[in-house]
Amino acid sequence: MKIIVNAKPHEVAGATLEAALQELGFTSPAVATALNGAFVARGKRGDVQLAEGDRLEVLAPMQGG
Amino acid sequence: MQFYGIETASRLLLGTAQYPSPAVLTEAVKSSGTEIITVSLRRETADGSGAGFWDSLRETGRRILPNTAGCHSVQEAVTTAQMARELFDTPWIKLEVIGHSDTLQPDVFGLVEAARILCEDGFQVFPYTTDDLVVGEKLLEAGCEVLMPWGAPIGSGQGLRNPDALRAMRAHFPQVPLIVDAGIGRPSDAAQAMELGMDAVLLNTAVAKAGNPAGMARAMAMAIEAGRAGFEAGPMERRDMAVPSTPVLGMAEFA
Repeated sequence: MKIIVNAKPHEVAGATLEAALQELGFTSPAVATALNGAFVARGKRGDVQLAEGDRLEVLAPMQGG
Repeated sequence: MQFYGIETASRLLLGTAQYPSPAVLTEAVKSSGTEIITVSLRRETADGSGAGFWDSLRETGRRILPNTAGCHSVQEAVTTAQMARELFDTPWIKLEVIGHSDTLQPDVFGLVEAARILCEDGFQVFPYTTDDLVVGEKLLEAGCEVLMPWGAPIGSGQGLRNPDALRAMRAHFPQVPLIVDAGIGRPSDAAQAMELGMDAVLLNTAVAKAGNPAGMARAMAMAIEAGRAGFEAGPMERRDMAVPSTPVLGMAEFA
């Protein structure tokens, strides 16, 4: 299915958020996720089912003021 | 000085953005003596570039204050705060809800709403706000225990645009930790903020964009310390006219 990851379209086979992250190469523990604008905690990623067109944000620590 | 029960000796909070290199950032953090550094969250690439930065942050040993920089809506700010809490394992959040992309002025209505949601959810919120007293009251009602009024627009280095308003904030909120956030350009600006009775200063660009960031970090720390000591010592009142400091009594007459 096609989902939007950090504003770019991606094709993923995995049904859950956890599986999609693995597939997309986001294996670092230093990431946080939000699906369609809502935060998804690390422990919930395996329970969250993805749907066509979902918008996924994967964020990491960055320099900030 | 305490923020949400956490004791800190340094009254300088330092941002981590815009340094010429990670090594220069580390050097500036060290020479500033800061105990609290601000960081942000941005989109990760699949190569895990954010993990390296996270490791270097942890090596500094400083307490992390994550921000919601760049968020323009309540939902964006709340979601970003939730992500930051998980990532950095801290209830602290520097809450920014930006109203304009050019002035970077806080949207104080969105700010109060986001602060209420986050405080109810157990966050310890450091709101980036204006110097408006009523907004300050609403933020305290929402559960904030710290206020961070601006000195001047973010990144402008203009110094304190409205010192009288900051003085009024100090008088109106005598027990609330006040941190001037944004607008500091030079050490004298930081010293002025502290002389007005502010509890701390948060700055980033003034150090990161200095010719020698580590040198400027040290200068800021000294200015903040001097300004605070001056405030505590009770500065004299200004006078309109000259008043001789040397006694006039006992002057010789030569004419």
